[in-house]
Amino acid sequence: MVATQETVERIAEATGRYKYGFITDIDSDKAPKGLNEDIVRFISAKKDEPDWLLEWRLKAYRHWLTMREPSWAKLGYPPIDYQDAYYYAAPKSPEDAPKSLDEVDPELLRTYEKLGIPLREQEMLAGVAVDAVFDSVSVATTYKKKLEDMGVIFCPISEAVQRYPELVQRYLGSVVPYSDNFFATLNSAVFTDGSFVYVPKGLRCPMELSTYFRINERNTGQFERTLIIADEGSYVSYLEGCTAPQRDENQLHAAVVELVTMDDAEIKYSTVQNWYPGDENGKGGIYNFVTKRGACRGRDSKIMWTQVETGSAITWKYPSCILQGDNSVGEFYSVAITNNAQQADTGTKMIHIGKNTRSRVISKGIAAGRADQTYRGLVRMMPKAEGARNYTQCDSLLIGDRCGAHTVPYIETRNPTAQVEHEATTSRISDDQLFYCLQRGIPQEDAVTLIVNGFCKEVLQTLPMEFAVEAQKLVGVSLEGSVG
Amino acid sequence: MALLEITDLHAALEDGGKPILKGVSLTIRPGEVHAVMGPNGAGKSTLSNVIAGRPGFVVTGGSVTYDGQDLLALDADARARAGVFLAFQYPVEIPGVATATFLKTAINARRKAAGEPEIEALEFLKRMKANAKALGVVEDMLKRPVNVGFSGGEKKRAEVLQMAMLEPRLCLLDETDSGLDIDALRVVADGVNALRGPDRGMLVITHYQRLLDYIVPDVVHVLVDGRIVKSGDKALALDLEAHGYAQFAGAAA
Ligand SMILES: Nc1ncnc2c1ncn2[C@@H]1O[C@H](COP(=O)(O)OP(=O)(O)OP(=O)(O)O)[C@@H](O)[C@H]1O
Ligand SMILES: [Mg+2]
Repeated sequence: MVATQETVERIAEATGRYKYGFITDIDSDKAPKGLNEDIVRFISAKKDEPDWLLEWRLKAYRHWLTMREPSWAKLGYPPIDYQDAYYYAAPKSPEDAPKSLDEVDPELLRTYEKLGIPLREQEMLAGVAVDAVFDSVSVATTYKKKLEDMGVIFCPISEAVQRYPELVQRYLGSVVPYSDNFFATLNSAVFTDGSFVYVPKGLRCPMELSTYFRINERNTGQFERTLIIADEGSYVSYLEGCTAPQRDENQLHAAVVELVTMDDAEIKYSTVQNWYPGDENGKGGIYNFVTKRGACRGRDSKIMWTQVETGSAITWKYPSCILQGDNSVGEFYSVAITNNAQQADTGTKMIHIGKNTRSRVISKGIAAGRADQTYRGLVRMMPKAEGARNYTQCDSLLIGDRCGAHTVPYIETRNPTAQVEHEATTSRISDDQLFYCLQRGIPQEDAVTLIVNGFCKEVLQTLPMEFAVEAQKLVGVSLEGSVG
Repeated sequence: MALLEITDLHAALEDGGKPILKGVSLTIRPGEVHAVMGPNGAGKSTLSNVIAGRPGFVVTGGSVTYDGQDLLALDADARARAGVFLAFQYPVEIPGVATATFLKTAINARRKAAGEPEIEALEFLKRMKANAKALGVVEDMLKRPVNVGFSGGEKKRAEVLQMAMLEPRLCLLDETDSGLDIDALRVVADGVNALRGPDRGMLVITHYQRLLDYIVPDVVHVLVDGRIVKSGDKALALDLEAHGYAQFAGAAA
């Protein structure tokens, strides 16, 4: 059931560094530049959406016009011209989406090959189903059949809108409402595709569901929308990873992910985020404004976020858990690495509503170069959260003396029986540790990788095997040139 | 040819420039074990650190030749890969990195530099288990992070285990006996003796002649205030034990 080592290594290799500066020239049919109601209608029409969805998009768009881009994060970047981007691009002929891999555009297959994840090989990644998002339209989905036989729905959300409209309508926006925040609202108006997962009652999904994202169109904003529902007593592990080709323009990425767990259900959501970070000065890197939120609706349900954030010029991301069901559990494990001019403001929100809800936050931040990094975490104990508990541990590691790490915890307790524990440390890689490694013959960069991987171990070991291999390699690559 | 030839070596602290080594010369031929003794603060660790290339010191004069090449021209990691191993007086903790992983990384770094393929997982395991057993290191320790929570004695054993695994040509042992109980001293000394061989040289720093009962040196040097004030055979260690370092007070001045 385990992917061949070779394949795993190839994926790790491919996602590990931006040696590929290629851009696939599949003709896109694009909406014109800019954003207005017509564009929203165009996107909706392109996808042949039902009226309720168009209305929802339009509501979001109109609301967005009244909003301001948030400025509270510790991030600095030039103003984004939202009228200077494209909001829709699809590979040629999205109407006749391929039925099998054989029908996939060979150019696209070659792109995957350059990335090291040719689709044919993916089939051999036993236990991993891949819903590949290329530009904005999902063009290939594997293992769908097998999953369908078990009653698991795993498909592009655009397809789910057509095939399971009642499910989508019931849950879309139920965790992240269209009016939630500037970027989520923008996403609600213009999202193009993403994944939809429904796991039926009582099923432990035996396969890891995995999506490899890739931005491939110049000046195309990426607005993925993912919705995962785990029905009573079910379990699913979902992996999200991404890599992008080298490019000059800054790219806006505003994804929304919504998770819902019913009674006794569990979702494990793992991300390796490796968007292009830009050059040494951050030029050309991705702006990553992501809203990820899970609702533990049912009692004894659990949502676990694991993220390894190594890419992007700007990261704005707070995967959160709303612990509604009694005894529900939220966990957040994060490694964030910023090097050169990268900036990250990331963390989590744990909202305890039900009784005896528990949350655990383990955040490992590594800053190198001139990079800046902020952990921003909210723990809120609502009045009914009898006996709720939170444990937060926030460790920062600095490499060099030009970088910064900041910890901003917000703790709000409105129930006297709730307990909140917060620990934070900041350290540096010591010269003694480095010399100890060097003295054993380990070259400097490998030594840094080893020490940093050790620092992050608690988080990395929560990742599924294949991802852990990839993530460890990423850690090293992300820190290249940070010492010496 | 000498394995290690140190000629009139002068070294100072990078920070502030305080001279520590003030003209050290010694030659270790393949197969030889040299012991270095001397009072606290004499510069014994500094000598081993400078040979190993630790940052924080500047060589202000003299030379160090290893196997015919200028050792001082190499970076610390290159020196290690060339076969120089330092068993630290104070081994360093590396949280989260399993000892076994650390060792494997070190072995593969050498192999990579030599253009060899990575060590087979099975071979590595076999060798590690054999060495651990010989040195009385429980296998559980190999899964624990490098030196984290190890007792003083366990750290020293782990250093010798690393040395055995990495098969260096020049072993620098800095007070590897301190912190060891009497039984452990014997086990570790046996481990070190097992590594003695016609191609390998050792520089053993110690305060106690007891160690030299087990690891019998070919030459004993007395280092006082940055200079070797006397060299001799094993009898010199016994003499030091009986009379201390006061006799060299004049020589060091
Ligand atoms: N990094 C350093 N910073 C400041 N002083 C140092 C440093 N390293 C060595 N020294 C000084 O250099 C001198 C020699 O130190 P060294 O550690 O080499 O002595 P030693 O002979 O190994 O002593 P011991 O027997 O106590 O281990 C001492 O005075 C010590 O304080
Ligand atoms: Mg010393």
